[in-house]
Amino acid sequence: MTTGSTTAAIVGVGYTPFTRRSGRSVLDQALEACRNAILDAGLATEQIDGIATFMLMHDSVPAVAVASGLALPRLGYVLDAQLGGQAPAYLVGQAAAAVGAGEADYVVVFRALNGRSGSRVGTMPFPGPGGQYRYPIGYDAYLMYVAMWARRFLLETGQDEADLAAVASTQRHWAATNDRAIKREPLSVTEHLAAPFVVDPFRADDCTIEVDGACALVVTSVERARDLRHPPAVVAASVYRAGPRPGLDIGDHLLWSDYTRNYTSHLRDDLLARAGVEPADVQLAEIYDCFTSTVLIGLEGLGLCERGGSGAFLRAGNTAPGGSLPVNTHGGLLAEGYLHGMNTVTEAVLQVQGRGGTRQVPIHDVCAVTSGALMDGSALVLTTDR
Amino acid sequence: MTTVDPTPAPLVPVPEADEDSQFYWDGLRGRRLLVQRCTQCARYRFPPMPACPSCAAPGGDVVEIEPRGTVYSWIVVHRAFTPAFRDDVPYVIAVIDLPEGCRLLARLEHRGPIEAGSPVTGSYVDHGTWTELRFRVTS
Repeated sequence: MTTGSTTAAIVGVGYTPFTRRSGRSVLDQALEACRNAILDAGLATEQIDGIATFMLMHDSVPAVAVASGLALPRLGYVLDAQLGGQAPAYLVGQAAAAVGAGEADYVVVFRALNGRSGSRVGTMPFPGPGGQYRYPIGYDAYLMYVAMWARRFLLETGQDEADLAAVASTQRHWAATNDRAIKREPLSVTEHLAAPFVVDPFRADDCTIEVDGACALVVTSVERARDLRHPPAVVAASVYRAGPRPGLDIGDHLLWSDYTRNYTSHLRDDLLARAGVEPADVQLAEIYDCFTSTVLIGLEGLGLCERGGSGAFLRAGNTAPGGSLPVNTHGGLLAEGYLHGMNTVTEAVLQVQGRGGTRQVPIHDVCAVTSGALMDGSALVLTTDR
Repeated sequence: MTTVDPTPAPLVPVPEADEDSQFYWDGLRGRRLLVQRCTQCARYRFPPMPACPSCAAPGGDVVEIEPRGTVYSWIVVHRAFTPAFRDDVPYVIAVIDLPEGCRLLARLEHRGPIEAGSPVTGSYVDHGTWTELRFRVTS
């Protein structure tokens, strides 16, 4: 089923605990997650010769700091991206390209931040020329921008807040047995809808939980991957995409024409074609979910369900444990915590490798993964080694 | 903002005008809505920027348009994320489609239900050194 560019694979993942106050430096946590990923892959630290990472406004540490803390003898590939949640799948694609080009053999990709006790991305002003139109009128939190899209999406596709609630409720089922998840208690749609609005149409449980922590993975060639500890999670396709007029900064959506379709609609055809799959071939999906609405928009954007049908698709149990298309099997960023989607990718890796433990899905050969919420973002198709 | 809280609310952030946007803020100060129109493809655009995002032509004419349009989408902020707005909640922020084909972002003064497509009209609200274009639903 897969064709072409299956040159690279993800071979290990690593985490720190996700906490509300780590009491540790970002570098300390970055190193722990990277060491854990390297160990998980069965590699020696000195084999790592590439590092890719991303941060928003200095909330993390540069790749060279991690190279120093890992005492790497040399670094042949580096990428410090000034990006948010659009980055994780994109960075895996970049690491895969670096491996394919021979720039590095083993690339660590990580995200680390004190996202709760340090600077909180949800309410930090984004630099760029668009801010002057937002901040003076109190349009000053990322959830407001996503909420603005959510309203239009729900109205135009004939869905409502109960469909948002279905996302949060379903993902709690997955989170129940995930020790890493911050929110593990059950949440019914009724309970969800009984809570007050934070920013209408969003309530607190429509939003991710900002946390302190770090998360990492290791990319290498498929050939090298076959000699390592775990089955390779093959990078069958990776695509970054910004649609036309993506705006003046990460919070400026005034030039974007259609708030009911995000970057997933724009990258779908390339993503599936590069992986050589159809939507019906996708067996599970890890969809970036800083807020509930992006799951609905993402599922429809990727063509994994009908336009306007994502809420009903969820409410029928399709994305829940035992469903036909498991989605956000770690509980998502909504329940596990906000590592800006790096933990969305690592969960996909665990599932494709068959290492999902109590939440392992039975059929896990083709997994779609997305990174990002609005105008631009990236996605992967990960597959088993076939 | 009327409040009996003895602690004065922090100052509202002031727009940081730049070389591209100064005309817009100057226009609002003079109670005029000024936007750019491309000299090549004639499309109107907002926010101000040094080239047309549809055809890439540099520059553009500054033209005055009427502050009226329709609601494309909106949110109701029930929890202020900046202390400066703590006395304003709940408040509405809307994306407004202008008939010229571009969009604005604005406060929307409205207490009743809002619908997509509701017609809105703008008025000018002075804040010390700058002027805001604020909209209300036209009944």
